[in-house]
Amino acid sequence: MDAIFLQILNGLDKGGAYALIALGLTLVFGTLGVVNFAHGAIFMMGAFCAVTLEKLLTLSVKVKDESVTFFDAYKETPYLELWFGDTGTAIIDWSVPLSIILAIPVMLLIGIVMERFLIRHFYKRPHAEQILVTFGLAIVLQEVVKAAFGANPIPQGAPDIVSGSAAVGALFGLGEAVVYPWWRLIYLAFSLMTIGLVFSFLHFTTYGMVVRAGMADRETVELLGINIERRFTIVFGIAAVVAGLAGVMYTPVLPPDYHLGMDFLVLSFVVVVVGGMGSLPGAVAAGFLLGILQSFSSMTEVKDIFPGIDQIIIYLVAVVILLTRPRGLMGRRGVMES
Amino acid sequence: MSNTKIVSPKKDMIFMAILSAVVLTMPLWLQPFGAAYPDLMQKFMIFGIFAIGYNILFGLTGYLSFGHAAFLGVGSYTAVWSFKLLSMNVIPALIFGTVLSGLFALAIGFVSLRRSGIYFSILTLAFAQMSYNLAYSVLTPITNGETGLQLEQADPRVLDRMSGIVADGSLPTPNLFGIEGIGYSGFYICAALMLISFFIYLRIFRSPFGLKLRAIKSNQNRMGYTGFSTRPYLMTAFVISGMYAGLAGSLLAVTDPLAGAERMQWTASGEVVLITILGGVGTLIGPLLGAGIIKYFENIFSAFNDTVLLNAFSFLPDWLAHPVASLVGLFVGEGWHLTLGLVFMLIVIFLPGGIMEGISRLSRLVTNRGKSDSHENKEKEQTSAGEV
Repeated sequence: MDAIFLQILNGLDKGGAYALIALGLTLVFGTLGVVNFAHGAIFMMGAFCAVTLEKLLTLSVKVKDESVTFFDAYKETPYLELWFGDTGTAIIDWSVPLSIILAIPVMLLIGIVMERFLIRHFYKRPHAEQILVTFGLAIVLQEVVKAAFGANPIPQGAPDIVSGSAAVGALFGLGEAVVYPWWRLIYLAFSLMTIGLVFSFLHFTTYGMVVRAGMADRETVELLGINIERRFTIVFGIAAVVAGLAGVMYTPVLPPDYHLGMDFLVLSFVVVVVGGMGSLPGAVAAGFLLGILQSFSSMTEVKDIFPGIDQIIIYLVAVVILLTRPRGLMGRRGVMES
Repeated sequence: MSNTKIVSPKKDMIFMAILSAVVLTMPLWLQPFGAAYPDLMQKFMIFGIFAIGYNILFGLTGYLSFGHAAFLGVGSYTAVWSFKLLSMNVIPALIFGTVLSGLFALAIGFVSLRRSGIYFSILTLAFAQMSYNLAYSVLTPITNGETGLQLEQADPRVLDRMSGIVADGSLPTPNLFGIEGIGYSGFYICAALMLISFFIYLRIFRSPFGLKLRAIKSNQNRMGYTGFSTRPYLMTAFVISGMYAGLAGSLLAVTDPLAGAERMQWTASGEVVLITILGGVGTLIGPLLGAGIIKYFENIFSAFNDTVLLNAFSFLPDWLAHPVASLVGLFVGEGWHLTLGLVFMLIVIFLPGGIMEGISRLSRLVTNRGKSDSHENKEKEQTSAGEV
């Protein structure tokens, strides 16, 4: 029972990341009709926003270590610590959450630049060419990151106060021994909140309403005198921000390296297809569903019965869904069927 | 498309003869380019086979598969197993590798071809990733996991033992009745196979079957209205291209009898897409060109390192040489993939028909100059862009 409970949490956690990436992918696909293979790279760049900020905050200088009196010893001390003392240390400690503030404008900018200068020219081109050019872009982005940060994963710490584990078992009456890392709980809450924000933006604001109208019938919206293209550009930026924030917050869970994006991209495409191309609730539902399935299949009890199932479960589910429900779980009629 | 027009068989034979001459004399004319060593030329041939096979599927039918590396991997594993169990002769290895990949393609195609467009891409990608993940984990007894499948002294090699060939001390190498699978003889084995594959591929291009595959690309619905069921044609194309990939995979095992799972990763599938696009999708010779160019530059570019670069820029003043060298260093050596990605993007953006389109544009520019005014030229450009 305890194990199942933990696996559900694990699955929700992983599913949160899948859902966030898939949400952006679907948003871009539904609005612009573009299949964006560079979306995983955006997730990865988000993660590296966190790395960059941490690097900036911990810019250090060699300072004489006063505690050693026998000889001249030096130790690296970040400027922030020198200037602000304990406040500085606290800022460094909180670098990952602080990166969100940095990541939002940066990712918005990256998204808008990408849309304006590249994706825009591919609206009318076949999907195959969209896939290919964004695939090329993904390679370029990941190689740039590799050149700048090296090939090794760069671990990022969560703030001290939440780096421990929460006794979640007690809350659900499962005993004190059932604990779960705080940061992963925060990640889950964060992804739910972000998903909620995106949905309320689309459903409860006039801007979002126009965007949805554009998704349903672009021409009519344009005939009404609305510049739908500009709104779609903003939507692309928002999708980039969502993926980027997913990346930032995921860094303490999984140390980012340059091919993080590719790893997640394949999975999130599967998620999108399972959920149904163009369906936002579908993407979110499929993200959590596949996350949970993946966690369950990695339990030893399951692996004893079906060896290797944890490696292929997601793809297997995708194959079954695509063959039995060609539009995915919640796909709309007429999307990507030509 | 320029090659849909009827070409006389005689012209094709001449074309084949020229191609054979060009390929077989590669060790001579590649000398000035510094690419005349067998290892690299074998790669040209192998990836040429891989790419023309891929072109049968993607170029003719327009189905973008992102999982062809799986067939390459299956071919490699099968070939190495054939070396281990049966014989170091390459013939059984190639046959088994090709046939097994074909069967594998049959199974995957049976499922994937039920859907088209991006769904097909995702399905093939899913199958390839499944194979890759399984090869790394559960199938370790067959694939030897991360280490990769290797030859061993104690392998049974039943056929070899029966015919009295016993390895003495060192590991045996793949051979064709005593002709070595590496070095120049190895290159000629690969070249011969490439030419045979290319001939079959040429026949497919010119055949009614090839025409039907093109019809699927241009309008699948209309094809259905005229009374053709498209599935069997797609299926055949998929299996054939899977077999080509399998042949390429087993040849890779011939040149280096070691098979690893990373050959099946989706980045490897991406590479063949890239090769085909760069050369020219749906063109006859494009994929071969693409394979040659990418493998050549991969080889040249990855060889550069910082010292070589510094030497190359030593004519610049010192304060300039270092920054220039480190800037260029981003694009070569380890950063070769960055160049590849950039070139790939530029090709897709500006020249979706690849190098072959570039060549035909250039030749049109040359032949049309003087003949017609610029307005007519522009019109032609537009129609050709629409066709691509």
